[in-house]
Amino acid sequence: MEKKNDSAKVIEFIKKYAMVIVLALVLVFFSITTGGKILLPNNISNIISQNAYVFVLATGMLLCILTGGNIDLSVGSVVCFVGAVGATLMEAAGVPWPVAVLIMFGVGTLIGATQAFWIAYVRIPPFIVTLAGMLIFRGLSNVVLKGLTVTINDQVGFLKFFGGGADCYIPDFIGRAFGDVFTVNLTCLVVGFVAVILFIGLEIYGRLKRLKKGYEVDKMVPWIIKLVLISAVVVAVTILLSMFKGLPSVLIIVMVVVLIYSYITSNTTTGRYFYAVGGNEKATRLSGINTNKTYFLAYMNMGFLAALAGMITIARMTSAQPTYGQNYEMDAIASCFIGGASAYGGIGTVPGAIIGATLMGVINLGMLIMGVDQNMQKVVKGLVLLAAVIFDVVSKRGFKLIAKN
Amino acid sequence: MAKILLEMQNITKIFPGVKALDNVNLQVEEGEIHALVGENGAGKSTLMNVLSGIYPYGTYEGKIIYDGQECKFTNIKDSEALGIVIIHQELALIPYMTIGENMFLGNEQGKSWKIDWAETYGKSDEYLRTVGLKESSRTLIKDIGVGKQQLVEIAKALAKNAKLLILDEPTSSLNENESKDLLDLLLKFKENGLTSIIISHKLNEISYVADKITVIRDGATIETLNKETDDISEARIIKGMVGREISDRFPKREKNIGDINFEVKDWNVYHPIYSEKKIIDHVSIYARKGEILGICGLQGAGRTEFAMSVFGKSYGEKIKGTIIKDGKEIHLNNVQEAIKNKLAYVTEDRKGNGLILSNSIKFNTTLANLSEVSKNSVINKDKEYAVAVEYKEKLKTKCPTVEQNVGNLSGGNQQKVLLAKWMFADPDILILDEPTRGIDVGAKYEIYCIMNQLATEGKTVIMISSEMPELLGMCDRLYIMNEGRIVGEMNAEEATQESIMARIIQSESE
Repeated sequence: MEKKNDSAKVIEFIKKYAMVIVLALVLVFFSITTGGKILLPNNISNIISQNAYVFVLATGMLLCILTGGNIDLSVGSVVCFVGAVGATLMEAAGVPWPVAVLIMFGVGTLIGATQAFWIAYVRIPPFIVTLAGMLIFRGLSNVVLKGLTVTINDQVGFLKFFGGGADCYIPDFIGRAFGDVFTVNLTCLVVGFVAVILFIGLEIYGRLKRLKKGYEVDKMVPWIIKLVLISAVVVAVTILLSMFKGLPSVLIIVMVVVLIYSYITSNTTTGRYFYAVGGNEKATRLSGINTNKTYFLAYMNMGFLAALAGMITIARMTSAQPTYGQNYEMDAIASCFIGGASAYGGIGTVPGAIIGATLMGVINLGMLIMGVDQNMQKVVKGLVLLAAVIFDVVSKRGFKLIAKN
Repeated sequence: MAKILLEMQNITKIFPGVKALDNVNLQVEEGEIHALVGENGAGKSTLMNVLSGIYPYGTYEGKIIYDGQECKFTNIKDSEALGIVIIHQELALIPYMTIGENMFLGNEQGKSWKIDWAETYGKSDEYLRTVGLKESSRTLIKDIGVGKQQLVEIAKALAKNAKLLILDEPTSSLNENESKDLLDLLLKFKENGLTSIIISHKLNEISYVADKITVIRDGATIETLNKETDDISEARIIKGMVGREISDRFPKREKNIGDINFEVKDWNVYHPIYSEKKIIDHVSIYARKGEILGICGLQGAGRTEFAMSVFGKSYGEKIKGTIIKDGKEIHLNNVQEAIKNKLAYVTEDRKGNGLILSNSIKFNTTLANLSEVSKNSVINKDKEYAVAVEYKEKLKTKCPTVEQNVGNLSGGNQQKVLLAKWMFADPDILILDEPTRGIDVGAKYEIYCIMNQLATEGKTVIMISSEMPELLGMCDRLYIMNEGRIVGEMNAEEATQESIMARIIQSESE
């Protein structure tokens, strides 16, 4: 009997941390096949900068998926359109970049709200509304850019802030105070260590508070292991980054987005409603919750975050083109599902989606370093997505492969 | 004596936590119409599902002998191949397909790569004539009325070469003339040698068509009455259906009943889709503080629809009527307003309408009253946890932790979580719709205790149930509902199962 319990626990553990384990294995695999190249500081920095838009979009997409397994297909086109509007404003009209940023957020949110209205209040299936949006905004991007590329030359502040151009790292002002005698980026190191100390401090504080009030807490040993592992990963990444050029500024933006949305989904009533609506809409409505509003928020927010991703994209490319953002929605959707979100809604977490996005990013870069053909890269990504969702569905059915007829 | 066509021997079927059938025996002779009667939940439908292979061989105990052969059906196709065809209460026709397409759905004429439409519609038309329909088989199902749809179902069964036809409440959605036509059709088929089993609540219909009547109660066969030799009057059948004693299955309560604090007056509701169909017809009820009020009636009487339409108009269209709470008229246009006015409705469909199965006990417990555990819409997770644990202990919910997913709990414990959710919303008026459906006797008793406690605390409990003993044992006063109307009101002490059943049956012909 006890033995059975143990194996049940192991299965439970594997289910819960499946993608973390897979990510670790994939990293080990690529470390071996690339001769450790994938763990070089510049590559770690690249994974972050290259995938920043995926992190942001996956966070927004998760909310849509939570509400019932629905997806927003318009994301890539909206990214492109918002970028096109922003670049045109900044370069052709000479609008100062902070103003342009506000306008871009406004445009993205408005697009999101319009689509959300049809989805939430008129109840047109999200698939249809956002498919239409995908076509509309791809077309409009072309119109705004007149089919051309708009290069961002003048607004260096914008590029630096959103992680593009040559100098998109947080300046090492601590190192400079020491007269640049160190070969590593001190600011980056300090930020990393402060973050770890804050994290551990908050965890201990929370645990003590709960113990004092007599609430249940996680078991001591797994809790410590969890703390040590997370801290170790953060420390390792900051050390690696400090050996390159320091903290990419876009990492700060991504961290802020991830922290805010993790908090919203796990600690606020609004966040709770996304899960409830996706889990059982009728029961949610009968609990006195405005389900229309919940759908509306999810898709409006997607527009808002698509605008942010648009800024990150044009900053990194230092230009806007009518083809930008293609298949971005697919990257975001795949990240969520790989990260354990349920295709039926109601299940999924922001950290999960981030792990999913990281896994995709690592696979991309790993194969790139190995020199795997671009087309095969797509094949591998497709297989990973399929495998992840199969695992999710089958494990929930108690590891029975074939569904009952 | 005619040949025995079907014999079901010692059928026992157990669902998790509930014994639905306990050594049931049924014998049906060739060419007879055999009626199955019993209260809701007695096990009639379960028995028919066993027979038709919906519950496959191996998931029940006992033997099915059909036409001299022992049968081990693994699915509905197996039983249909032998000519056993079941027509469910809920019609299984697809509205946007033609009658012909529906009739041969899953049994398409011609080859699998080339459906023979001429054959399909030709044969369909023939079967339609047999059941007395003049429609073309190219008519869409949605364009014919419910009565005719029921006849299409029968035609469809005939198209499958039915030898034994099972009809589950075939007349529940038909009017009197349509019902009469259908029953006469059954009698006509009987002349031609077709055997039928009919499940019905309408005892007058059963007396009209049945040759034999088997009474099922609490998952066991009680008796089989023969038209030739036994008294098959309605009174005699009712006695068989309800004849059991109410013992101390119900906990005692200190009654402390106050003034009227809740009234619904002249309530009318129409169907949400068929907007000309009236579902609730001039219903007026009142309830007192500290009272447990029962609403009884058969399935489909409109009790759930009534309760949901009162609870923030969550069912129906064109709702008219007055709600008075604590002497003041209130308007409940949505669920939020109903909750704010301290109403709660605990649904009969806990999986479909009540719980978020993919989430934890904690998540579900606080869902209807999240503002109580949050500040500026940030949830205080420690407080939430404490609340969930408090209710878990209060209701004796059996679970390892409150972080457990609700989907993994037994029915009884799920029901407790649902109750906890609405108790935490702190209502004055608590409407419980079938609160003990599908849960075992022990859990039922615990739920009765909780209801008593709520009433003692001064809450008004309105209980909707199809189990009459439970209503008689728990309630102070009862309303009897049938076909969307209140057809009677009784004090629980005066009421008996016979008098209620008789009132319902009497009201059918009013």
